[in-house]
Amino acid sequence: MPDQGVSQVVGVDVGGTFTDLVLLDQRTGAVRLAKVASTLDNQAHGVLNALQEVGANLAEVDLIVHGTTTTTNAVLERKLSKTGLITTKGFRDVLELGRRTRPQAYGMKGEFTPIIQRNLRLEVPERMDAGGQIVTALDEDSVLEAAQNLLDQGCISIVIHFLHAYANPAHELRAAEIVANIWPNDHITTGHSLLSESREFERGVTAAVNASVQPLLQRYIKRLQDQLTQGGYRKELLVMNGNGGMVSASRVSREAAKTVMSGPASGVMAAAYTGKTAGFENLITYDMGGTSTDVALIQNATPAVSNEIEIEYAMPIHVPMVDVRTVGAGGGSIARVNAAGLLDVGPQSAGADPGPICYGRGGVNPTISDANLLLGRLNPSKLNSIKGGISTGDIKGIFQSKLGGPLGVTAIEAAAAVIQVANTKMAGAIRTVSVSLGHDPRDFALFAFGGAGPLHATALARELGVPSVLVPARPGITNALGCVVADLRHDFVHTLNTPLDLLQNGVLSAAFAEQHAAGKALIEEENIQLLGVQALYSVDMQFIGQTHLLRVPVDDPDISTDALRSLFEQAYFARFRVDLAQIRANLVNVNCSVVGTREPLDLSTLLPPEQRRETLEKAQTGTRQLYFNAAWFDTPIYWRDHLPGNASLQGPAVIEQLDTTILLEPGDHAVADTQGNLIITVGALT
Amino acid sequence: MSLDPITMSVIQAGLQQICDEMDMTFSRAAFSPVIAEANDRSDGIYAADDGSLIAQGAGGLPVFVGTMQYSTKTLIEMINEGTVAAPQPDDIYIVNDPYLGGTHLMDVRFASPFYRNGEIFCWLSNTGHWPDTGGSVPGGFSASATSVEQEGLRMPPVRLFKQGVMDTEIYAIICSNIRVADQRIGDVKAQAAALLVGEDRLNALLDRYGDATVAQAIAELRRRAAQQMRKSIGEIPQGSYSANAWVDSDGVVNEPLEIALKVTRKGDDLTFDFTGSSAPCLGPMNSVRATTLSSVYLAMRHIFPDVPISAGAFDPLHITGIKGTFLDAEYPRPVSGCAAEVSQRIAEAVFAALVSALPDRVTAAPAGTSGNFALGGYDPERDRDFVMYQLSGGGYGGNSDHDGLSNGCSTIGISKAPPVEIMEQAFPVLYHRYALRENSAGAGKHRGGFGLEYELELRRGSARASFVMDHGRFGPQGALGGSDGAVNEVTVWQNDISYQPEHLSKEQDVPLKAGDRVHVSTPGGGGYGDPFARDPELVLQDVALGRYSLEQASNSFAVVFTQDPLAVDHAKTQLNRDARK
Repeated sequence: MPDQGVSQVVGVDVGGTFTDLVLLDQRTGAVRLAKVASTLDNQAHGVLNALQEVGANLAEVDLIVHGTTTTTNAVLERKLSKTGLITTKGFRDVLELGRRTRPQAYGMKGEFTPIIQRNLRLEVPERMDAGGQIVTALDEDSVLEAAQNLLDQGCISIVIHFLHAYANPAHELRAAEIVANIWPNDHITTGHSLLSESREFERGVTAAVNASVQPLLQRYIKRLQDQLTQGGYRKELLVMNGNGGMVSASRVSREAAKTVMSGPASGVMAAAYTGKTAGFENLITYDMGGTSTDVALIQNATPAVSNEIEIEYAMPIHVPMVDVRTVGAGGGSIARVNAAGLLDVGPQSAGADPGPICYGRGGVNPTISDANLLLGRLNPSKLNSIKGGISTGDIKGIFQSKLGGPLGVTAIEAAAAVIQVANTKMAGAIRTVSVSLGHDPRDFALFAFGGAGPLHATALARELGVPSVLVPARPGITNALGCVVADLRHDFVHTLNTPLDLLQNGVLSAAFAEQHAAGKALIEEENIQLLGVQALYSVDMQFIGQTHLLRVPVDDPDISTDALRSLFEQAYFARFRVDLAQIRANLVNVNCSVVGTREPLDLSTLLPPEQRRETLEKAQTGTRQLYFNAAWFDTPIYWRDHLPGNASLQGPAVIEQLDTTILLEPGDHAVADTQGNLIITVGALT
Repeated sequence: MSLDPITMSVIQAGLQQICDEMDMTFSRAAFSPVIAEANDRSDGIYAADDGSLIAQGAGGLPVFVGTMQYSTKTLIEMINEGTVAAPQPDDIYIVNDPYLGGTHLMDVRFASPFYRNGEIFCWLSNTGHWPDTGGSVPGGFSASATSVEQEGLRMPPVRLFKQGVMDTEIYAIICSNIRVADQRIGDVKAQAAALLVGEDRLNALLDRYGDATVAQAIAELRRRAAQQMRKSIGEIPQGSYSANAWVDSDGVVNEPLEIALKVTRKGDDLTFDFTGSSAPCLGPMNSVRATTLSSVYLAMRHIFPDVPISAGAFDPLHITGIKGTFLDAEYPRPVSGCAAEVSQRIAEAVFAALVSALPDRVTAAPAGTSGNFALGGYDPERDRDFVMYQLSGGGYGGNSDHDGLSNGCSTIGISKAPPVEIMEQAFPVLYHRYALRENSAGAGKHRGGFGLEYELELRRGSARASFVMDHGRFGPQGALGGSDGAVNEVTVWQNDISYQPEHLSKEQDVPLKAGDRVHVSTPGGGGYGDPFARDPELVLQDVALGRYSLEQASNSFAVVFTQDPLAVDHAKTQLNRDARK
């Protein structure tokens, strides 16, 4: 350890149900964990409770990194700060009209609530054309009048969004100056500043989301920072962004929209970090929770990033974010027999409340978790069903009457079928994510985390043809761990939209250089110990005439156009098996991510070494009957923390730990590595 | 041995995923923006003997839900008759003939026999909308064509790929007859690649579960889909339900075309009888048989979205009375309006007939037009010709749960409209407004959604404007006491003199000079239920947000307002509503 490096690092992630915290002391190797209830009205309470639970001495903590759902929840629940919009005359309804779609392909029902109401969307005379030339000059008096009107209506945040401002931001900048003269705070967002790309709806929504969550995030982060400081913390709090990097508390709310998806993103960062240490650089992450499952792709230890995320119907947030897709089912997904007499699982979910029957909170519909319980995969004594007056027999009865009877099978066979159908659907969804990103899932390992992920992972891997599964030491606190290992990161996108053969010499390298310099300057302002600053370059390209883009990583920022063309053609062929040598290529976006890399952390003590037992037998806590392939198996149960350092296990086996249950099916084989991960070699399809 | 329902569920999910993956491959690799952005394409698996639908991608364009099985069926019949060359492994047929189970000429179908052990196990097929297939106008949507030859190149089924190799001679003939031919090779390769992906994945599924098991599952799934549709039909009380819908005109003769529909439930089957609908028309607003059937299927799927897309789901639906009407046009009737417009009127007739029987499921009529405005001209600054399309949405119908969606896409599509900024980058136009069309929503307990209003100006050069829209004469129908939505309106300003098309929603080649403007207002959705039963506070909210004028809100909903501050006078509103009943 370098003596100037950090020693105590805290990562804390606020999720929908739990606030998870991990404290690493790099000097002593001590690891302290907390899982406390989230306090969603003011997430700071949960954070402080978690700090208290691990007995953190804030004066000794060198770094606190925080993942928050404040902005995501505010958007999804529309609990937003009152925000006004000033926009180009004739275009105030852009945010309400969207792109002319409907919420689902079939069914003519559905509603949409725009993020800013119509009476708070005001127009002013001004107009740029697509080339950035002024068509109508900015009417400055109208800007002032509109801003005053919005203030009078009670707005505390404001968006200035003009057509073609990505081509020429002069009017937006001038309008922002005028507004700043009377606006009582700094909650002024201009459309071009977060996203300098064409498409007025997507850019406008991104800016509107930013403006309407900015006051909330600023207030929350300030309050938390103050409380931490009072508690003795001497440094600045850092906050996770959706791109998997972190920024300081003082600047995070400026671009508040970037914190959307910060929780899922940090989970993927942890996966990339853990996988790299364990020798798995290509991963599909599989985070199965109670209501949904998140999937992401990691290649060469780098998570896929997208700047076209839509967090719900017609709610695009076009800033670079780790590309986490929500798919398929969660433990609470409900199984039923449909009108065709076939078994269906999801998309309806029992949610967290009442939840599955086995939660004992009044749930009456069979779910995936209940099926796992009946098949012996979950430990009945760990569930609350008994407390709620529900026995395993009761659950069996419900499976019999609702599923087994109509299907003509026993309750246990019905439970096995629920798992099989759910796994088929999840595997299909994972495959779709992977293929849509241009990859064959068989080239990846599955990284399983979340409460339910490790229970289904080997079956899914088998279904997908994925050879191995990696279960990290602490699957239930992966997001918090992602905060701890995250780097500083700033992403830049610059649109060139030029045919490659017309690209002038030096234009590309100049664009890369400018992005690199801007990112470096931002990172140097942060007071964080770094190993180095690194730039990752890529371009988005297409054949002329296409609308979709293909991202091509570029190693050398001074690359020649010939080399770039051949890189693109290779990438295109790899993706589509189509060779289009006769068509010209177009360079659309130039991207650069500037990453400030932190000292690597030692995660080998996440499972405390002193807990490990010498032999597998000593780690075994008992046996249970588990149901596989139409037969019951006597299956050993192990306690994860007690597994020997070099453990080697043959399925069937169940490994339990505080935050999850890991299932090895017959034919699977697991070994523990030095970092405490379990590496499972998946058995053949039966 | 009978198959257990669990294996069947798993095979059903597997077949669905294969089709979804074909869809995805096609869109991502395609050049045509209509395919790549608007997903105007569909992929599926069809039976070896009669082409009946086994599975089709969930993200396919809805209008293709029922057409492709007829296209495949016709191909198989022609092969059996010997009028089309017999297949070899890895052949791919190309066909776009509308009368052979198609839609309009631009929807080009590929079909490939899928072999197992030397025999055809099933067919893989897809359809993609090509930006152009020749004909008198770029893009193929001529509002005034009077025969199919004017609409473009018509291809019978021929093997474009023979044992995996493209026949460059056939391709050369195609390229010599279509516009922007140089980019089509990208679409052809994308369309073929999707079929290859389907082949790989289907082989994997069959290897895993066994050919016999999968074949058995397919047969059983068809039976069960029929059972599921029949169970859904069981929600409809026994009896007959009638409705009408009208197309403004055929673009050539300025008279409305009528769709007369009587839906009868007998047992658990439904008969859709179109007897009494208008005769085939001179202009392009004819539908072909496959499109008419598909329009009924897609309307039913909008009503019962849970029933899987499979031939079995269509088995209980019987369509009669279309022979001799414009819903079953034969060669050489022009048909370019069938998929985009007539199909939506057919769906509207189905909705209007069934809304009283299924008031919780069916909505009042949606805008129901693709709002196709084409502008073709010469841009002197870039020294090149251009063709621009502005497709637009409109209001959806109110329904039992809530008000209709504003600016929703066409009933038969799922595509996004292009942003104004992208249009202005590509074409010499400047939009003056792109706005919610105030006062356009049909009144009702739950009102319709609002339409769109846009106005654009030609900045330089000269151009010709064409319109293929509908609902210009009659607004989208209200339901259960709700009012109709506002009609579609087109106004062209030439030298500050306004001009409205004689056919209201259809016109060909209106000349424009720099500075001239086009103003389009799209339909609002039909209202649902008695407008006087609408919560006056919701009416007030629409007035406060400027969606309805005070005057229109007072008239349509019989609400009495007080001024300063604007509020509802509940007592007077009640009296007013009672008096106007």
